[in-house]
Amino acid sequence: MRGNGDVRIGVYVCHCGSNIAATVDVEAVTRYAEELPNVALAREYKYMCSDPGQELIRKDIDENKLNRVIVAACSPLLHEHTFRHATEAAGLNAYYFQMVNIREHCSWVHDDRERATTKAKDLIRAATMRIVHHEALEPRKVAIRPEVLVVGGGVAGIQAALTLAAAGKHVYLVEKDATIGGHMAKFDKTFPTLDCSMCILAPKMTAVKASKNITLWTCSDVTRVEGYVGNFKVTVRRRPRYVIEDLCVGCSRCIDECLFKEGKFPDEWNLGLSKRKPVYIPFPQAVPPVALIDPAACIQLKTVKCKMTFVEACGERKAIDFDQKAEEKVIEVGAIIVATGFRAYDPTPLNRYGYGRLKDVYTALEVERLLNASGPTGGNLVRRSDNAKPKSVAILHCVGSRDENAHIYCSRVCCMYSLKLAHLIKEKTGAEVFNCYIDIRAFGKGYEEFYRRLMSEGVQFIRGKGAEVTDVAEELRERGKLVVSVEDTLLSRIRRIPVDMVVLAQALEAGADAAEVRRMFNISCSADGFFLEKHPKLAPVNTVADGVFLAGCCQGAKDIPDTVAQAGAAAGEALALIDAQFMMMEPNTASVTEDLCSGCRTCLPLCPYQAITRDEQKNKAVINEVLCKGCGTCVASCPSAAISQKLFTDAQIFSEIQGVMMHE
Amino acid sequence: MSEPKILAFFCNWCTYTAADLAGTSRMKYAANVRVVRMMCSGRLDPQFVLQAFKEGADGVLIGGCHPNDCHYIEGNYKALRRMTLLKRMMESMGIEKARVRLEWISASEGLKLQEVVNEMTEQLKKLPPMSRMEPTQVAHP
Ligand code: FES
Repeated sequence: MRGNGDVRIGVYVCHCGSNIAATVDVEAVTRYAEELPNVALAREYKYMCSDPGQELIRKDIDENKLNRVIVAACSPLLHEHTFRHATEAAGLNAYYFQMVNIREHCSWVHDDRERATTKAKDLIRAATMRIVHHEALEPRKVAIRPEVLVVGGGVAGIQAALTLAAAGKHVYLVEKDATIGGHMAKFDKTFPTLDCSMCILAPKMTAVKASKNITLWTCSDVTRVEGYVGNFKVTVRRRPRYVIEDLCVGCSRCIDECLFKEGKFPDEWNLGLSKRKPVYIPFPQAVPPVALIDPAACIQLKTVKCKMTFVEACGERKAIDFDQKAEEKVIEVGAIIVATGFRAYDPTPLNRYGYGRLKDVYTALEVERLLNASGPTGGNLVRRSDNAKPKSVAILHCVGSRDENAHIYCSRVCCMYSLKLAHLIKEKTGAEVFNCYIDIRAFGKGYEEFYRRLMSEGVQFIRGKGAEVTDVAEELRERGKLVVSVEDTLLSRIRRIPVDMVVLAQALEAGADAAEVRRMFNISCSADGFFLEKHPKLAPVNTVADGVFLAGCCQGAKDIPDTVAQAGAAAGEALALIDAQFMMMEPNTASVTEDLCSGCRTCLPLCPYQAITRDEQKNKAVINEVLCKGCGTCVASCPSAAISQKLFTDAQIFSEIQGVMMHE
Repeated sequence: MSEPKILAFFCNWCTYTAADLAGTSRMKYAANVRVVRMMCSGRLDPQFVLQAFKEGADGVLIGGCHPNDCHYIEGNYKALRRMTLLKRMMESMGIEKARVRLEWISASEGLKLQEVVNEMTEQLKKLPPMSRMEPTQVAHP
């Protein structure tokens, strides 16, 4: 039926190459749509999102006097914007547009061509009935705050903060530990170039400290996030470090004069492989270079019975403050970059590898520390059991990765860091090194070359996943050794390799608090526990929460080059957002029709944003559309149907229901 | 019976996205379902469900974010609360409770979406056919 009354709908059905057309009979759907009430014309096109596709819409609005546009193509979450723009470009209000999802919700999930075609028709019919009730709307224009919050001070957070600061933006960098640096600060060398990790990271760390555009809060946690894109209100809790940051110069005198003459408490930076005092600086290059006191260890803080020699040592500076309390800071920012990193997989549950039971089985991260000149042994790789240099070392790849019992995914960096550790171990100790691997994944720039170099250095490669580590000798040559059993899949036989030390190439997994963080920022996790990006290819640093971006390993395991690149991308996205200064918000707010409101107050307590108040004089509910986020809860609850939500009015939804269910 | 028709109301942030994910992952599921998008499951007016049955739906599936995960803080709880009343109304109208289902499906749970749709389709096939009045034109408020 040609559009008769006032409503003239144009329906455009997209082939999406063959993505839709292979399963949905696009031609039949188009012919069907043509005959629907109020439809002035229907067209099919290979790629509606292409320029010529959009041009079709523009031309038809102009020449065929369309006043409603429907595009049946992919998900509105992907291309609604595109087509609203096209609609608007032809002078029609953008909200006279409706998108129908016949790809993600239809052609890609169904096999039966006939049924998929029927479904596509149903969905389009529903849209033609819904769109009759559409009205012209104006997007809400809101100001965007220019500050950015970066959560997590590893290399991702550091890079993002520095990029934004360089662009003149104010950044709050919040780190839960006492120093920034993250995991990268713990590594010895980085693959494949073998630069000293700290040597390339430390200048960036000091640049953070030096930047007047960065407010750095260590020992701090984000505890609350309110608001939305452009206008987030964030509460940060700064835990006491019992040392006044502005007064301490990091001279270490307090540490020297501490009652404890030797370290007694596990040193977090060295993963407990060394001991520290109750008052300490995490490591020499720490930023801020400020001491802190561990309240669980400090005698004064626990019992008030310390001789206070260390306080005297601080002298006139008076930087030590036992009365320091946790402090809450509330900041307002326009964008947030989440860079909370990863957790190194703890291999204890994989009992067969003996970690935690057999002394000379180490995690890769522990070995990073042992190899490091500022590590617990001053860079001497010696065994826990007898302080002797190992003569043979086995590195087991994929511990916790590519494993049904732990994580199914590949952690991406373990092959490369295992090669690096093999090189460093060989260089430092001259030990024979065996790498037991499933596949070598040397995917990055210079990585394959590094692998070849290792092979020429005489590192042994055994293709097979390490099956077990035991100290039970079966032969003489195994006595006093750790024995790795592995199926050498190239030789097709089981081998038992006696070694002095075993290194487990542990997986990277989502942070321990990922679920909490996810909730706080209203973002999602993928099935592997890492944060979910908005689109795996085209919006890799965006999230479902507008204005919240991801950088680094919190989004998935990755190496340092990828982390830094992603951090730059996140900073770029944040910059694009805040530099616009204003943004357009979806006009999907709710409002009250005064005449219908009975003043029953049902809606008042339902609004999670306190956007609804009561006009005492009139005894009517009033919605503040600035505070309303458009969830529609009040609309659904109003017994008098006095509340209406734009873009989702009752009339629109009822027509959609009716249209989709209607018999042909 | 013939193929049952399921009308689904999915919230934009979790379940609709999960359905998109099922699509991009090419997970196949029963072609019996039709999705109506809403911003939040809290927008679900029980009348929508009754209307769906009136118009010929054999089942109604409501999908929202997991508890504590609603994009609008607690819309999903509001939806859950309305279900009790809704099911009572359905019973008094002679509609089996099993015809309506509320599921929490997060953006990453494409697989769960596939399973729920397939399972519900099978379950509906086992129910006796629904008797209903002739669909009439609804008056919109
Ligand atoms: S947004 Fe998904 S249930 Fe509220």
